[in-house]
Amino acid sequence: MQVELVSPERITFSGEANKVLVRTVGGGDIEFLPGHVPFIGVLQVSAAKIVDGDQAEVFAIHQGFVQMSGDKVTILSDVSERKEDIDVARAQASKATAEAAISADAEDAAAKAALRRAEIRLGVASGELPA
Amino acid sequence: MPGAKERELRRRIGSVQSTKKITRAMELIAATRVVKAMQRANEAKPYATQVTGVIENLAAGGARVSHPLLREVDDVKRVGIIAITSDRGLAGSYNAAVIKAAERQLDAARTQGADYALILIGKKANDYFSFRNYNIEASYTGMSDTPTYENAREVAGKVVEMFEAGEVDRVELAYTEFITMGTQKVTVRRYLPLETAEAMAEEGGGSSSALAEFEFEPSPGGVLESLLPRYMESRLYSALLEAAASEHANRQRAMKAATDNAEELIIKLSREMNQARQASITTEIMEIVSGAEALGGDDANAQINLILENTEGTPV
Repeated sequence: MQVELVSPERITFSGEANKVLVRTVGGGDIEFLPGHVPFIGVLQVSAAKIVDGDQAEVFAIHQGFVQMSGDKVTILSDVSERKEDIDVARAQASKATAEAAISADAEDAAAKAALRRAEIRLGVASGELPA
Repeated sequence: MPGAKERELRRRIGSVQSTKKITRAMELIAATRVVKAMQRANEAKPYATQVTGVIENLAAGGARVSHPLLREVDDVKRVGIIAITSDRGLAGSYNAAVIKAAERQLDAARTQGADYALILIGKKANDYFSFRNYNIEASYTGMSDTPTYENAREVAGKVVEMFEAGEVDRVELAYTEFITMGTQKVTVRRYLPLETAEAMAEEGGGSSSALAEFEFEPSPGGVLESLLPRYMESRLYSALLEAAASEHANRQRAMKAATDNAEELIIKLSREMNQARQASITTEIMEIVSGAEALGGDDANAQINLILENTEGTPV
């Protein structure tokens, strides 16, 4: 099936795949195989895995949507980054800042979101699928 | 020894020549930037089309939801006007046209007894409206040259916030639409409130043919809730990109015209200068000849020949 990963500024990925794994806001992982029912879902800050045969690519996704329609999966995302595109030093720095903000104010939602984004980035950069 | 007029003309030619060099350079820079801006606008298209496609599917899936952004108000008390201009000038009528369109919207709102809220992008609009003591709600600079999605999000966030708080009941967006390299048109579009999902899908020309029954997670309303703000951002982003491409195209045209004018002026001034020089040489010779003749004798002819030999280097 056809997979497209689209961010506002460009198309990050476009190609064939036989399995796509994403996480929706409900917290559930959802896997698309060819022939999945038409589906539209809201994604949370998470990693998306696109598998084609024995090759897999992992992307950091910062919110967005997934749409399965016909034989095509489209992931629309504000930010979607490949492993190679991630600036590890910057992600680590923002993780440290976010952690400091959370230790000062445990209810800081913005800092929590920033921490989550940084963790996903670092996870994707290290090559594994972060939880 | 050149005459005063000739010297003056020579100086003017020099200054026009250096102006021409500058306008030529600006023309070339604008030409490369317009290509880049067009490319960026094209790269942003898939996302906008896909977002519209999802809305289309939502509409087809029978998602009838009420959302604050769809709120239609009959009695409009305050109209928001977004104007996208550039930070820098020398782009022909690019900025003036957008500003004029925005001002027309403003006047229209006033005649209907409504207040206005100006949201200005670009230094030029800010200069114009603040000079005339208009109330400026928000002003953004430094983003119109190469807009990023972050910029669009910042502005859209502000506008959506104002609309949801009921500070404005309608928002118009004035910008320059990029049609082709040669054609750009100032357009005013309604930005808020949104039309129905069906109308949005139609306007945006969504890609997918919505036939299938979709499953939604968390729910059609939930999807629409997080989709609409992104739709707003995406619309503003494409407007910003088109405006940027138009700005560069306009600047290229303006600078091309300026270069052509400079060339013409140089030709005209050179002709004038040559005439002036010719006139001064003729006068000088006449003076010498008449002076020599006054002295009388064969001596005069010898003197004239001497002078002509000496001035051989300069064309007469």
